[in-house]
Amino acid sequence: MSVATFLIQCLNALQYGLLLFLVASGLTLIFGIMGVINLAHGSFYMIGAYMAYALAPIVASTFGGGFFAALLVGVVLAVLLGYVLEWAFYSFLYEREHLQQVLMTYGLILVFEELRSLIVGDDVHGVKPPDLLAGTLPLGDMMTYPVYRLFISAVCLALAALMWFVFTRTRLGMMIRAGSTNREMVQSLGIDIKFLYRVVFAAGVAIAVLAGMVAAPVSSVYPGMGNSVLILCFVVVVIGGIGSIRGALLASLLIGVVDTFGKVLLPQAAGVLVYVMMALILLWKPDGLFKSG
Amino acid sequence: MAQHHRRTFVFICSMFVALAAWPLIAGAYGVDLVTKIMIYSILALSLELLVGTTGLVCFGQAAFFGIGAYAAVLLSKDTAPSVLWLLPACVLAAAVYALAVGALSLRTRGVYFIMVTLAFAQMAYFVAHDTPLGGGTDGIYLYVKPVLGKLVDLDRPLALYFFTLACLVGTFALLALLLRSPFGRALAGIRVNEQRMRATGFSTYPYKLAAFTLSGGIAGMAGFLFAVKDGFVNPELLGWHMSGAVLIMIILGGLGRLTGALIGAFAFVLLQELFKSDAIFGAFAKHWQLDLGLTIIACVALMPSGIVGLPAHWRDRLAGRRLASAKGTPGTAAPGETTREPA
Repeated sequence: MSVATFLIQCLNALQYGLLLFLVASGLTLIFGIMGVINLAHGSFYMIGAYMAYALAPIVASTFGGGFFAALLVGVVLAVLLGYVLEWAFYSFLYEREHLQQVLMTYGLILVFEELRSLIVGDDVHGVKPPDLLAGTLPLGDMMTYPVYRLFISAVCLALAALMWFVFTRTRLGMMIRAGSTNREMVQSLGIDIKFLYRVVFAAGVAIAVLAGMVAAPVSSVYPGMGNSVLILCFVVVVIGGIGSIRGALLASLLIGVVDTFGKVLLPQAAGVLVYVMMALILLWKPDGLFKSG
Repeated sequence: MAQHHRRTFVFICSMFVALAAWPLIAGAYGVDLVTKIMIYSILALSLELLVGTTGLVCFGQAAFFGIGAYAAVLLSKDTAPSVLWLLPACVLAAAVYALAVGALSLRTRGVYFIMVTLAFAQMAYFVAHDTPLGGGTDGIYLYVKPVLGKLVDLDRPLALYFFTLACLVGTFALLALLLRSPFGRALAGIRVNEQRMRATGFSTYPYKLAAFTLSGGIAGMAGFLFAVKDGFVNPELLGWHMSGAVLIMIILGGLGRLTGALIGAFAFVLLQELFKSDAIFGAFAKHWQLDLGLTIIACVALMPSGIVGLPAHWRDRLAGRRLASAKGTPGTAAPGETTREPA
């Protein structure tokens, strides 16, 4: 493996890992804060990717904007979707057992997949990256690297930084962290915890949808794309420790590296490698790398 | 209570008798459908041992099912193999994987356990999907069906039907006995309060691991039967949609009772057949998963204790309403729910 190939694979691993982190962070937040195990989280990613495919022409014809306008509209729609879903389905899951949460969100997956099939169909679609980012960067003598992949990494990093800032440096973040520790206490201090949860959930949905929209030009858009992401996100959450954003970031990057290099070096076993890694980490630390309280 | 037990016993016996008599009135389609339902019943029973009895929510039961099915196909090559060694081999294969997965995943608890079992099942899925061993997405065909001596040839639907019924009755009896044994009591204790069990001197880990391995073995048996019935295996058998479906079966039926697993498997497969039928839903039958998903959501919302618990649920509700109207206060009885303390 030449240096240039190695570098490209490193960049790919970083991009893949960061994207995974975006989806997984929403999952780990929703679980860590609200205690709901949300199987339908992968569907939000899928919805995002399909939005990038189906929404872009609509937005272009009504508002005249390009890719970025579509992103903006997508995020707004995602927040609305998350807000409504939390109100309709998730809000009464908080007191239920994990088992019932698993079931209901599994039912939601089936519903989302079929609605997707009814509305957009079952074909595989490609999405073009915006012209602004369609170019490539020269890397070494022979190789080039697409700018768009760098853009994905940049978006993910920016969002990660934003999340970190909101959580540790703002009053809202403080209320959310307090709410995850003791719901009743926060409520008795006069904070509308229901509204707070709804906001957190909507934010989690929006992040997953954004990840799907941003990823669409690279990964293409296909049925069932949410499920594979969901399972990998579970692995991320298991390795990183439930509720830990820091752990999720580290675990996503680890999976990015293992998966990307696994596909190059050991193509027959690439699908299994991630799970083997998870097993090894579980042997070593059953509660994940960063256990949050 | 004794009367309640007797009633359950009579119900179960009449159910098995009805199953034994079913081929007399049913055609080929009916026999095939009920064979499928009985196989799913065995699978649901295996999961009931984990979820309903021990309180371990395993989201990877399909892996053991699929491993049993793949073992049946991979181990029988040219000549018709004997059931006598092939079935134990399939059970063993699934149980060994369950032992390995259980040894690791039982170190975790709660929602972790759900995710870890799911991830390990996905690992098995990828082995079947990506490696040359599993034959890829196309799956593998089973050309020669296993036989049992000269008498039973599982290639014949009726022979398979009664063999499956025997397996189901055997599994049911085994689990029913097991739950009444000290081992089963210990498992129930672990479900209710693991910490207290440990305080009373039970080392809970070996109990859970034994239950997990046994459950995997039973699921492997169901997998064997499934491979023999369809004569075909593909990676979807190990997929997480299968794991989800089995979980739905036992919850639909009602947790905590073995009959719940049976009723759930029947209800689930019949619902599936209903939603898939072109005659009723026309062109919309293609989107049967939408109906299924909505049904699942409705079940979670409206039937917290499954079909088995419905009579009690309604009784409690009626009583609660009467009580509430008598006292003039809103009655908030949590109907039919067993108290489960957090682990």
